Amino acid sequence: MAEITYREALNQALAEEMERDESVFLMGEEVGLYNGAYKVSKGLLDRFGEKRVVDTPITELGFAGLGIGAAMTGLRPVIEFMTFNFAILAEDQVFNSAAKMLYMSAGQFNCPIVFRGPTGAALQLSAQHSQSLEAGYSHFPGLKVVTPGTPADAKGLLKAAIRDDDPVAFFEGELLYNLKGDVPDDDDFVIPLGLADVKREGGDVSIITHGKMVNVALQAAAMLSNDGVAAEVVDLRSLRPLDVDAIAASIHKTNRAVYLEEGWAFAGVGTSIVGIIQEELFDDLDAPVLRVSQADVPMPYNKNLEKLAKPSAERVVEACRRVLYR
Amino acid sequence: MAEKTEKTRSARSSGKTKSNGRRLGGLDREQLHGLLHQMLLGRRFEEKSAEAYALGKIGGFCHLYIGQEAVAVGAMSVLRDDDYVITAYRDHVQALTKGLTPREVMAELYGRVDGRSQGKGGSMHMYSKARNFMGGWGIVGGQIPLATGIGWSIKYRGGDQVVLCFFGEAAVNQGAFHESLNMAALWGLPVIYIVENNRFGMGTAWERASSLYDISQKACAYDMPSLVADGMDTLDMREKVQDAVNRARKDGTPTLIEARCYRFMGHSMSDPVHGVYRTKEEVEEAKKSDPIRRFIHCLKDEDLLTDDEMHAIDEKAQAAADDAAEFAETSPEPGAEALYEHVYAEVPEHGRLFFDTRADR
Repeated sequence: MAEITYREALNQALAEEMERDESVFLMGEEVGLYNGAYKVSKGLLDRFGEKRVVDTPITELGFAGLGIGAAMTGLRPVIEFMTFNFAILAEDQVFNSAAKMLYMSAGQFNCPIVFRGPTGAALQLSAQHSQSLEAGYSHFPGLKVVTPGTPADAKGLLKAAIRDDDPVAFFEGELLYNLKGDVPDDDDFVIPLGLADVKREGGDVSIITHGKMVNVALQAAAMLSNDGVAAEVVDLRSLRPLDVDAIAASIHKTNRAVYLEEGWAFAGVGTSIVGIIQEELFDDLDAPVLRVSQADVPMPYNKNLEKLAKPSAERVVEACRRVLYR
Repeated sequence: MAEKTEKTRSARSSGKTKSNGRRLGGLDREQLHGLLHQMLLGRRFEEKSAEAYALGKIGGFCHLYIGQEAVAVGAMSVLRDDDYVITAYRDHVQALTKGLTPREVMAELYGRVDGRSQGKGGSMHMYSKARNFMGGWGIVGGQIPLATGIGWSIKYRGGDQVVLCFFGEAAVNQGAFHESLNMAALWGLPVIYIVENNRFGMGTAWERASSLYDISQKACAYDMPSLVADGMDTLDMREKVQDAVNRARKDGTPTLIEARCYRFMGHSMSDPVHGVYRTKEEVEEAKKSDPIRRFIHCLKDEDLLTDDEMHAIDEKAQAAADDAAEFAETSPEPGAEALYEHVYAEVPEHGRLFFDTRADR
């Protein structure tokens, strides 16, 4: 166990999996010579060479599709999007090719590929560079969707994603790359997809969340504990597969829940989770489930407006108080 | 059509004897007959498909290849079994030519369990892993990056296979085409991009959709070799693709080939043969250069085909198409248990993957 950053944890996962399996390669904009726009791939070009660490032209649709073709023929590509905002250009390939080929071919062609990159808002990057798009990816059967919120989860889940035989969209928090945490240095530290993690235990209210928002949820839980409220923070870690059992276990205990996500609320992840909760856990609830999300506007540039638009620990505390009726 | 050919050609061909050892396009008599059979199989199969579609036995969109047989058959005649082929939604004849059986293609059209995709893909989504037939893709131009990735994979493994990537001329205006050609040329990927220029993207004539008429020139932007082939001439297709394949195998050089052809049917079964965007006269004129008739003439002129042989080959093709339809009729429909199969290759130990509320799962 060593204390390293989220960035280093991802780097370790990539290096270990490339070492372990010759068929794994990394491709994307600036991943090689430049060492990655966010330095996640630092040192990998030197270590693995140009064949396996490949700088691409700025051509998201093209290299996403190229990766899928490579995955159809036995390779295990890791495709880095400089951010998922730019991956919107590649969504045709992800949704129409990768997610469906196993089904359309009745099991003949699977697609073991990872699409990874940062998601969500950083600071004052305005509307086109600040989006959280995992809800859209979660919509498609055939894809798996993973959202690590801590350095340890980043490493363990990326290793699982690379080893998985299905296409995985892997959303990293743009503001998490410098976050430090304890990470096992074991080569076989793999966190299975579909296992949520209770990041903080508590019996009064469940804050359910994913990705970068785990850290906001933990802040909110700390603030609530000052007022004598014990909030439980459930980090889903992957959205498909989704650990419904963990959601149920927490709500059995607390009878109250808030869903926190960085993206927009309508047709968002929280909306789907609330749907499952009301269908399957209705009798456990003592209050309606509330959602905390980004304001329903494109992200503004101005610092004050941006702050207003983003979900915050304060908003989570407020939502928790409302479901607790206090 | 074979019958008509007999009437017009019999006077010339009947008195001649078989010439031994004569070759055409580097192929001997038997191999040339093989190509003719493949083209006639494609034609008869598609005619059978049209019939079955009209009877409601085939559903959805169904795009027929009639008129374009020389492109697939000529191009694919130079491939090894371990080479790859990928194409768009007008995919039946490419699938047959790559070695899928008429039975498994027709059963797929019928949506039955013996279809190569067990009834889950349908007309537009034929695949065969065993034959390196990579689909069957329904988004215009969507298969072009995939072909490029298959080429990448060949290079990565140090193999000497090649990829033939077929797409219609309308796909040339998609970004996927340009992004792919750039990467293939930049990295030296063994992909032959074959534009089937059948003149119309659905109902839009090429000159109404592109500022540049000559598609082969588009390759100049990527410093890629390119050429125009007569897509109504099987042996011209074969020769041009052979050159491109040789280059690709040797050093991974990709090539763009514009195959000028014509579709004798509507865009799909729901589109009339002529009407809004082309006249009956235009179609009739184009049919005069029917690729199968041209190939037959060519073989007869070289004393490489007799009328008897031609009839035998056509009968065999027709019988295979008929047999495929009979087989598809009797193949079972997939059961309800198939609905959730093949969504994921790896079902995890933990977590839920499906989110509807069907009680039957």
